[in-house]
Amino acid sequence: MDFLRPASWEEALAAKAEHPTAVPIAGGTDVMVEINFDHRRPEYLLDLNRISELQDWHVGEETVQLGASVPYTKIMENLRTELPGLALASHTVASPQIRNRGGVGGNLGTASPAGDAHPALLAADCEVEVESQARGSRLIPIDAFYTGVKRNALEADELIKSVHIKKADGPQQYSKVGTRNAMVIAVCAFGIALHPETRTVRTGIGSAAPTPIRAKAAEEFLNSALEEGGFWDNGKIITPSIAKQFAELCSGAANPIDDVRGTASYRKHAVGIMARRTLGWTWESYRSGKGRGAEGVA
Amino acid sequence: MAGTKTTTGAPTDVTQKHNQGGIGESTLRPDGTLKVTGEFAYSSDMWHEDMLWGQTLRSTVAHAEIVSIDTSEALAMAGVYAVLTYDDLPAEMKNYGLEIQDTPVLAHGKVRHHGEPVALVAADHPETARRAAAKIKIEYRELPVITDEASALAEDAVLVHEGRDDEYIEWVSHPNIVHNQPIIRGNAEEAAKKADFVVKGEYTFGMQDQAFLGPESGLAVPAEDGGVDLYVATQWLHSDLEQIAPVLGLPEEKVRMTLSGVGGAFGGREDISMQIHACLLALRTGKPVKIVYNRFESFFGHVHRHPAKLYYEHGATKDGKLTHMKCRIVLDGGAYASASPAVVGNASSLSAGPYVIDDVDIEAVALYTNNPPCGAMRGFGAVQACFAYEAQMDKLADEVGMDRVEFRQLNAMEQGTIMPTGQPVDSPAPVAEILRRVKARPLPPERQWEVADGDADVRELPGGLSNTTHGEGVVRGVGYAVGIKNVGFSEGFDDYSTAKVRMEVINGEPVATVHTAMAEVGQGGITVHAQIARTELGVQQVTIHPADTQVGSAGSTSASRQTYVTGGAVKNSCELVREKVLEIGRRKYGSYHPAWATAELLLEGGKVVTDGGEALADLAELLEGETVEIEAEWRHRPTVAFDKRTGQGNGHVQYSFAAHRAVVEVDTELGLVKVIELATAQDVGKALNPLSVVGQIQGGTTQGLGVAVMEEIVVDPKTAKVRNPSFTDYLIPTILDTPTIPVDVLELADPNAPYGLRGMGEAPTLSSTPAVLAAIRNATGLELNKTPVRPEHLTGT
Repeated sequence: MDFLRPASWEEALAAKAEHPTAVPIAGGTDVMVEINFDHRRPEYLLDLNRISELQDWHVGEETVQLGASVPYTKIMENLRTELPGLALASHTVASPQIRNRGGVGGNLGTASPAGDAHPALLAADCEVEVESQARGSRLIPIDAFYTGVKRNALEADELIKSVHIKKADGPQQYSKVGTRNAMVIAVCAFGIALHPETRTVRTGIGSAAPTPIRAKAAEEFLNSALEEGGFWDNGKIITPSIAKQFAELCSGAANPIDDVRGTASYRKHAVGIMARRTLGWTWESYRSGKGRGAEGVA
Repeated sequence: MAGTKTTTGAPTDVTQKHNQGGIGESTLRPDGTLKVTGEFAYSSDMWHEDMLWGQTLRSTVAHAEIVSIDTSEALAMAGVYAVLTYDDLPAEMKNYGLEIQDTPVLAHGKVRHHGEPVALVAADHPETARRAAAKIKIEYRELPVITDEASALAEDAVLVHEGRDDEYIEWVSHPNIVHNQPIIRGNAEEAAKKADFVVKGEYTFGMQDQAFLGPESGLAVPAEDGGVDLYVATQWLHSDLEQIAPVLGLPEEKVRMTLSGVGGAFGGREDISMQIHACLLALRTGKPVKIVYNRFESFFGHVHRHPAKLYYEHGATKDGKLTHMKCRIVLDGGAYASASPAVVGNASSLSAGPYVIDDVDIEAVALYTNNPPCGAMRGFGAVQACFAYEAQMDKLADEVGMDRVEFRQLNAMEQGTIMPTGQPVDSPAPVAEILRRVKARPLPPERQWEVADGDADVRELPGGLSNTTHGEGVVRGVGYAVGIKNVGFSEGFDDYSTAKVRMEVINGEPVATVHTAMAEVGQGGITVHAQIARTELGVQQVTIHPADTQVGSAGSTSASRQTYVTGGAVKNSCELVREKVLEIGRRKYGSYHPAWATAELLLEGGKVVTDGGEALADLAELLEGETVEIEAEWRHRPTVAFDKRTGQGNGHVQYSFAAHRAVVEVDTELGLVKVIELATAQDVGKALNPLSVVGQIQGGTTQGLGVAVMEEIVVDPKTAKVRNPSFTDYLIPTILDTPTIPVDVLELADPNAPYGLRGMGEAPTLSSTPAVLAAIRNATGLELNKTPVRPEHLTGT
């Protein structure tokens, strides 16, 4: 196995063009596990740790441009206002040591349905900036990014550079079910973001389908229910029947499997509970004007 | 955090008062800081010039005939020094085992469980060894798998072991039963007629893993005399030695074993893992061979706690007195016997719990199946029983209409109670008192997760930082449990230990050296040995010699026995050394002071003193030019085997009691649990090192919590293959899952034991699990007859 250590982004793109089978590695929290277990034996490892711009983030007018290697700890510490859903998701990633190493680029590169960041990214709405030496950079909408179990829309010569995530214009929440209270792979996870500017709600579901997904029918139902009831303007408490229907539709969007971590029927059930609760929390936050905060986190 | 002390009226041991760092003090462990800072050298850290790396190839199926093994491609790889299979075994003896020699060193013609060793590779790099092992081609012809009692005892069941000739076979009704122990006392059938209430239950206990943090590892170095020096992390050097030497075809003196840094054990190192394999490869290649399992292999490299099915019936009169108990405990021993016979003995003899029940009809059995082999784990058969009988106590108390704790107290055993085996409990048994103490503690405040302006601190809620509830669906529950564990090896086993103690003067100071073969696996035994030597010999400086087989056996670091038995041996050898020292003193100085002849003399503060406190001689001076060394065996009271038909017999040495109160918050909608507090009270007879005692109690309590809510090796019932051999999917509690554990330590001396101490390492693991289950039942109203409790069980999904 060759270990390629490009000094710059341009060198990295050149290396990836020359060796399309090279596996990029940054924090190593996913890739090294696979290598240690001998599940994967890539011909080349492409080390991105010398490329400092991948560790940077930039808060713009509309979006946060988040470098692929920005560790979860930094997201929790610095971006809780702009990216509250992702900050909450970051809290649930593994252990402090792993959060100091791992970043969103790894979750996107691996594209496991159990990646903790995915539901938050889907709910917030974002575009993944990828680049190749041959064709330059392009933005892949998050809705088109996940193409199958552990597969994404990257071409073989492309690398993930950053994620352009819409800054929160309303409350966001994130919940994850695991069978212990820390350091656990998601049995299933749920992200929700209220977007008052567009009067829409977006969702993300993790570990409950072959890929991370949005509960689109639930979103459409809720969007029209909120519109019809004038909820965005009158700030009323969402009626239980609307919340219930939303939860059921979220549950119905899930297409999980039975595995050693949980049963399919539990996952569907839990997605529904998380959907109802997180809708309650975000809506209460919106109507009480408590803003975009990441309440619930110490 | 350490709790109250209880005075007992026992005479004060004056020798302990004056020697700094003696027994009763919380002296710090010499290995503590090293372990916390990552400096401690574990067995996996060993290195030898020119050493090779050994790798084990394990079966990918649970039950199959081996049609062929082709090692040619592996042998042809550069860097590979040896590839061994069954055909390469050098001696007549090709099996080993703790009680029954039924375990092949390498599979012979057949594999009986997923992950059974089939072949070995030695190579100059671990990765080369791993790749070479992957190139060995094995053709299997799969056999049907036996996975439970029904399949094991079916008319046409395949026998897991053909042609058994072990000592247990004549007593079992089917060759797929390893061992069977009935216990009949009184007449349960008759007594049942007096019951106003009868409660029956069926319980399932999952397969728990010891999950010690340092995986199996060791280094075998071939010696010029044709023997081998083995450095290894184990629980009992001499038991290993007895199993290793015959399969190597070597006399025991040519296999020299030294304990290397052990990262936890909990029973999982009682059986042989890589010891024989490393020696075989070292002797074959003539080079040192190191084997280190990774976590994945470790899940296949040691036995687990027996999963169990338990069927119980209890009766009580309307005033709450227990009338009778019938039970049947079916333990799944997996493919090889390991410690199954002894686990059966414990499960049956302790199946009634710490209660007075005169009429019992008990049976415990262990099965041979194609599931992973099961054997020793902290609590050893008593854990599974406690989970079931404590659930029964709650149900029966409810039927009678009594408070659950009062019901237990009314039926609690005490000193003088007769066990189901007919053995009287002849030392303090404060069962009612420890229950009273945990109940008397104030409960943690309700809704303690609430913070200012109605927000929630999710760390205090089920789900923790996974942020699944801010209080929605959360219900509190409280549960109690109490348990009984035997201490030491039972059923007539010659459970001795050996200690060699030397006293001499070094640099003008009297110094003691303690040499035992006790495996320090993290329990703090070496700390206690130094404390005992200080107390008995009046020295400050005590050197603990590395544990090895150059001294007699110390027995196993298990069964809560080491402080009792090897501690007892160290105390005994120190006393013998003291006598010799005093003899020297009498010889040298006897004529100078009449007290040498008339008074009782002690060693204190580096001096010989009279029991009146008068100093007679300085030890440094007395021992100038003298070395006193004694190696002696020490034994606790003998036990006898249980009768094979009635289970009667004084089979146990001592009992240990602990009680727990669990307070949990359950998210009833998501089925997630947060244990808020696990208060406990335990009698330890005498806390030789109070800090270590509290640490053991908190650790055991947490291990019990683990199997209550998360820990389980999941085996596919169709294939008998392990589905979660990793710490990603075999979950153990993190610090965020670990509650506050207030500990109340009682010290009621056992007159039969050294210093009155009571072995205490296992009891906390018993009652913790049923207390948590009881609390979850209290919160949810669900019956919950299986542990671990999973979210699916709580949500009905």
